[in-house]
Amino acid sequence: MKRLSLILFVLLALFVTAGFAQNITIGMTVSKTGSMNVDSLEQYRGFELWRDQVNAAGGIKAGGKSYKIQFVSYDDESNVKRVQQLYSRLILQDNADFLFSPYSSPLTATAAIVTEQNGKIMLTTGAAEGKTYTLGNHYLFQMFTPGAEYLKGALDALKTKDPKATVAFVYEDASFSNSVVDPARAYAQQIGVNVVFSERYAPNTTDFSAIIDKVIASKATVLLGGGHYADGSTLAKQLYEHKVPVKMIALLVAPDSPKWPELGDAALGVIVPSQWEPQVVFKAQYGPSGTDFAKAYTAKYNDAPSYESAGGYASGLILQRAIEQAGGTDTAKVADALNKTDITTFYGRTKFSTTAADHGLQVGHAMVLAQWQKDKSGKLVKQVVWPVAAKSASLAYPIH
Amino acid sequence: MGREMSGILASMIDGVLIGSVYGLAAMGLSLIWGVMDVINLTHGAVIALGMFGMYLLFAAFPVNAYFLLLPIIVLGLLLGLVIYWTSVHWVIGRPQLASLLSTFAVNMIIIGAGTAIWSTSPYNVNFTLRGITIGEYTFTGNHIAAAIGAVIIALALELFLYRTRPGKAIRAVADNREAAELMGISSTTVLALAFAIGIALACASGALVSTLFPFTILSGATYQMKSFVVTVLAGLGKPLGALVAGVLLGLLEGAVTPFIAVSWIPLIEFGLFVIVLVAFPKGLFARATA
Amino acid sequence: MIFRLPVFWLTLIFAGLMIWFPMHGNNVSLREDLILVAVAIILASNLNLMIGYTGYVNFGHIVFYGLGGYVGLYLATVKSWNLILSALLAGLAVSLCALLFGLGILRLRGAYFALATIGILQAVQSFVSNFDPWGRSTGLYVSFDAYQPLGGARRALWVTYILVIVVMALSMLLSLAIKTSKFGLGLFAIREDEDAAVVLGVNATVYKAIIYSVSAFLPAVAGALMFYKNGMIDPSIAFEFMLSLEGIVMLMLGGKGTVIGAALGGGLYEKLRSYLLTSPKLSNFHLVIAGALLLLVVLFAPGGLIGWLYRLVPRSEKVIE
Repeated sequence: MKRLSLILFVLLALFVTAGFAQNITIGMTVSKTGSMNVDSLEQYRGFELWRDQVNAAGGIKAGGKSYKIQFVSYDDESNVKRVQQLYSRLILQDNADFLFSPYSSPLTATAAIVTEQNGKIMLTTGAAEGKTYTLGNHYLFQMFTPGAEYLKGALDALKTKDPKATVAFVYEDASFSNSVVDPARAYAQQIGVNVVFSERYAPNTTDFSAIIDKVIASKATVLLGGGHYADGSTLAKQLYEHKVPVKMIALLVAPDSPKWPELGDAALGVIVPSQWEPQVVFKAQYGPSGTDFAKAYTAKYNDAPSYESAGGYASGLILQRAIEQAGGTDTAKVADALNKTDITTFYGRTKFSTTAADHGLQVGHAMVLAQWQKDKSGKLVKQVVWPVAAKSASLAYPIH
Repeated sequence: MGREMSGILASMIDGVLIGSVYGLAAMGLSLIWGVMDVINLTHGAVIALGMFGMYLLFAAFPVNAYFLLLPIIVLGLLLGLVIYWTSVHWVIGRPQLASLLSTFAVNMIIIGAGTAIWSTSPYNVNFTLRGITIGEYTFTGNHIAAAIGAVIIALALELFLYRTRPGKAIRAVADNREAAELMGISSTTVLALAFAIGIALACASGALVSTLFPFTILSGATYQMKSFVVTVLAGLGKPLGALVAGVLLGLLEGAVTPFIAVSWIPLIEFGLFVIVLVAFPKGLFARATA
Repeated sequence: MIFRLPVFWLTLIFAGLMIWFPMHGNNVSLREDLILVAVAIILASNLNLMIGYTGYVNFGHIVFYGLGGYVGLYLATVKSWNLILSALLAGLAVSLCALLFGLGILRLRGAYFALATIGILQAVQSFVSNFDPWGRSTGLYVSFDAYQPLGGARRALWVTYILVIVVMALSMLLSLAIKTSKFGLGLFAIREDEDAAVVLGVNATVYKAIIYSVSAFLPAVAGALMFYKNGMIDPSIAFEFMLSLEGIVMLMLGGKGTVIGAALGGGLYEKLRSYLLTSPKLSNFHLVIAGALLLLVVLFAPGGLIGWLYRLVPRSEKVIE
């Protein structure tokens, strides 16, 4: 009898404390359809895993209260106009307390206008373009390393492996890839790597034959560029079909997706600058370890996490910590806590710029290079190949 | 110097290959326009349907994708009849705005339905034929097959129009509808048939390019614009003329691409389009009707 | 003069209500809805000048809106000019461009003209996608301090809203003024039978060039204001072909050739579109429904809703312009 009443008491207490739990609403759009759908879904899964784990543990505990996380999300169809309308809706009608960005730089830049006009905090992930943070914002916080850093590693690796290599940049004419390639081209010149060809293609290009013919004519031995999953995967496939004789291919974003091996032989050897890989181990001062994150992700989604997923999960972690530090959900206090953030999680170091010129730009996080190689059983796996200190396998060069 | 030349040559060959498909697509538009003075604004959507048709058939019957062209043409004919009887038949003879708008309305319906069913995420038909490699350049098998397919279908259409009774009836109605009716040709049947063939040609061209790259229901829009450019260049109601003009357009693209950034090509084409339209103020054919 | 016409006063009252309702309750959500309605009405009304009055189908109408957006946003943010000045200048610049394009393509008739307008739309989009000072495919993004001259972002959005409503009212009044003027009569003559009109002394070339240019002005001003409010512009959203065509649907739905028809069609269609887009089940069907509506209107009711009203109540034709 005593045990029964104890159990009843505990159950009652749980009910009561659950009743005291408040909700934090986080709004976002996801590209469930359209050209960004593959990468966006991976990012969303990162958010979702974080939310589910936090809620299972009772919610975010701050200022003596428990807050359960509630998401409100819509399909932005990879479309800028939808993002504008939907973020307005999230803020004005759904009363989101905080926002996560959509996936991709242009969609995020658009969402940022709406969130800044309404004075709401948005953590951006899946968006590396740095220009957005130079427009005078107060509440944007970038989780990704900015675009300017992306190809520096590939160029450094190339310089050590084959200083005589000739580089062709073939990339999407869009804010993200421009923010990567323009600085990369300057860096190549700086370290003495020869660039022989550079051309942008319109977003949503699906036929690269014309540009590929030009790459062949330029006799480049290395190809760097791409954009997102749709164009990157098609470019890789067509490069392979045209038997372009390059010794190294590094493409943005696309090769990081677990879907990449679907390309078959065209997938082998391709390198991707990565925000995070499971093989790179950081000592997490907050949140789970990399291994635990990857395990939980694979258990839930039956797939390995890409760096989009890691970025999504890390956004949640950083926001959570800031809310805890602020003791509540007040925008000014949470923004203050975010500005003071300088911490290492499974994802790496996170620190935001606090100067007016580029508020919110990510200044703590570093990138690695990953390459698809065949393991002993012949299966395609991603290995970390650069920087040398963090590598899990050696860079395969040339790839053919 | 030899390197550069081979690059330009390769580019032009690639241009000719894809140009044949532009030509095939334009033939459908040109036929309809020439026979019944209707500018078919469902053209792009129907091309996209051809792509999806191939996708679905290929998923169900994993044979050589190019064998599936025949069923796609048949389905295209049926689709053409449906579109004709729902929107085109009622506006023949009315001012051109009516047929522009009615075909455009059907276009919206097709795109809307396509988006609802397939969303705007890219689809692929994963079928690859081996290409031909000459020196450093490879011409993919799919591009070559598309060009061959386009030429075969174009020749078949020519044969049909000049050697069969229905074909001749179509040409008669195109020339002079009243006279043809007086001669006992049922113009409604002929118009429906011509429209259906036009749609089938568009579907076929979509099917031919479906193996080349990822597509969505919106992918027909580029081909629609190219079809307009080609049709306006070639003149109406001459199918082989449209094919040739398509190849020339592709050749032009291929010749120009090595020298300028690829992103300027659309501007050149649309500029050309407007200039050709304007430079022939009464339209591009003798029977100018506004 | 037009002050005697009921539609004149109806327009002013309508615009007044559109300003008063959202401001009264500081209802930002309503404002966001209504601004889209206003833009729809602006586009439909100005399109009416070409399609309804002159009988020339402009499929590329949205090019004016987009170009106005680019010029306006560039002046107001990159060059930091006054917003109203930037918008007006955008209007003038685009009207001038329209005049130049028009001189080229207005000699075409019917479907050829329509196709040429599509060609111009695509050519402009293609050009802007390659134009460096305007950000090529990436476009232009506003700095948040561009809103400072108007007192910060929140206040700037309200000011922009009011300006857009003013442009909407001007569009309707312009339609009305032209309809009831001698110039308008000339346009109608061109619409009915251009060759006969020329024989009767209507200088068709000049009239068409003027109306094409005029029909570009207010959409360009609206574009400048809207993209300033939205804070960014890029070629894919500035020159959306679908918007051009939805403008035609709105006009046909409401009743081309009438002032109220353009407003009614614009308002109703925009409401229908927002309802469909936010309804989770129906959002994919918005184009299907719009297309079906257009088809029904073209086949069975070419005069649109107002045309139907005129047939039901013949006397309304005198009152409802």
